[in-house]
Amino acid sequence: MTETSGRVAACLPIRSDTDLAWVRQHVRQAAAEVGFGLVEQTKLITAASELARNTLVHGGGGQVESVFLDHGRARGLRLTFTDEGPGIPDVERALTDGYTSGGGLGLGLGGARRLVHEFSIDTSPGHGTSVTVVCWVGVPPRPREEAR
Amino acid sequence: MTDQSTANRGTSTRIISDFLQRRREQIVQRWADEALFRTVFTVSRDEAAEAAGSLVEALASVAASGRIEDLRAPGFTGVREQLTRMAASRARGGAAPSQIADEVAALRPSITDLLITDLAGSDGEASGPHVVTLTVLMGTLRLFVMETALSAGEEIIDRQRLQLLEVATPVIKLWSGIVAVPLIGTLDSARSQVVMESLLEAIVDQQAKFAILDITGVPTVDSLVAQHLMKTVAAARLMGAECIVSGIRPAIAQTIVHLGIDLGSVITRASLADALAYALHQEGAVIVDRATGAGGPR
Repeated sequence: MTETSGRVAACLPIRSDTDLAWVRQHVRQAAAEVGFGLVEQTKLITAASELARNTLVHGGGGQVESVFLDHGRARGLRLTFTDEGPGIPDVERALTDGYTSGGGLGLGLGGARRLVHEFSIDTSPGHGTSVTVVCWVGVPPRPREEAR
Repeated sequence: MTDQSTANRGTSTRIISDFLQRRREQIVQRWADEALFRTVFTVSRDEAAEAAGSLVEALASVAASGRIEDLRAPGFTGVREQLTRMAASRARGGAAPSQIADEVAALRPSITDLLITDLAGSDGEASGPHVVTLTVLMGTLRLFVMETALSAGEEIIDRQRLQLLEVATPVIKLWSGIVAVPLIGTLDSARSQVVMESLLEAIVDQQAKFAILDITGVPTVDSLVAQHLMKTVAAARLMGAECIVSGIRPAIAQTIVHLGIDLGSVITRASLADALAYALHQEGAVIVDRATGAGGPR
């Protein structure tokens, strides 16, 4: 089985609205570098925008780390959004469309999950939240072995 | 610090102040040829000399007050505006902050030389402490110029940010009763507030029945941007105008669908032209091809 190797592209702070624009810019550049098409780029940037805003609004600020992935012939981009905020008490409910705790549309988290190939949340109340998303160029090389 | 040295220092600042006033003309003539003044006042040397003169007077007054390390010394107030203009002019000319700082530092050697010559002619007292005092004063000047230059930069950025808000949201009258806003860049909360206000005002002023929001220039449409768009559409509708969102590119359309945003209640078109054609059609206007006499396609 081919191992996935990664190379850290950048680690950016998310502390203000200006940082959100900076994160989008960075993801746009990184995605273009990996070789994503325009549609995939737009999807990934939009997902990053949603998750970065969650980090800022719900997590009280944090950071995002981007990693270039190599898996055999496939290439990808992994983004990890981390905050030290209150955490998400009910992940299932947070992922439900239309549920919001901040006055938004309630589509950010669930929408971001639909925009990327791999999506995972690590959170517990009081210990912050870490959301990781991965996008691959073309088809994901090795879909996670999960119940379908 | 002992009383003795405090007293010495008081004497020293007085000596420096006297020196600056007495030698004002010589210092001015030397400084007017230094890079800082020469590059700013390119047209006339008299202007450079005049600026250098007011700077020497300001330094003399700071020295006289004894507050040679104090950026808030009243003596500096008079030259703040002048130094701001000079620093801004150098920055516009492409000088980096460090370069401006170097140019201020370059004023020191000529004035120090003059002080040493001046003191050598007097009662033979050691000139060392007074040179130190003058050096401290010139160091404070350097810091003062840097602070002034940086705060001026921040002011400019703030002003430009406000200007950008205004500039980036023009409301265009496309036809009688049809207005359009071409949105460009990031649509954050502040921007969308400005857009909404200017659009609603235009609807009243132009008695518009149709308002077109063109998002061709918006790179990312996430759920917050969509929410801002929907709020603007709803507000326009309350004013009796129908809102059309145009400029939805293929990538944006797919993203909106995946995000799960329901724009079903909003009329959308791929291009501004399509949106205008729709609005004209609704108004009952018909575009006729003059050659064939046939009506337009929509």
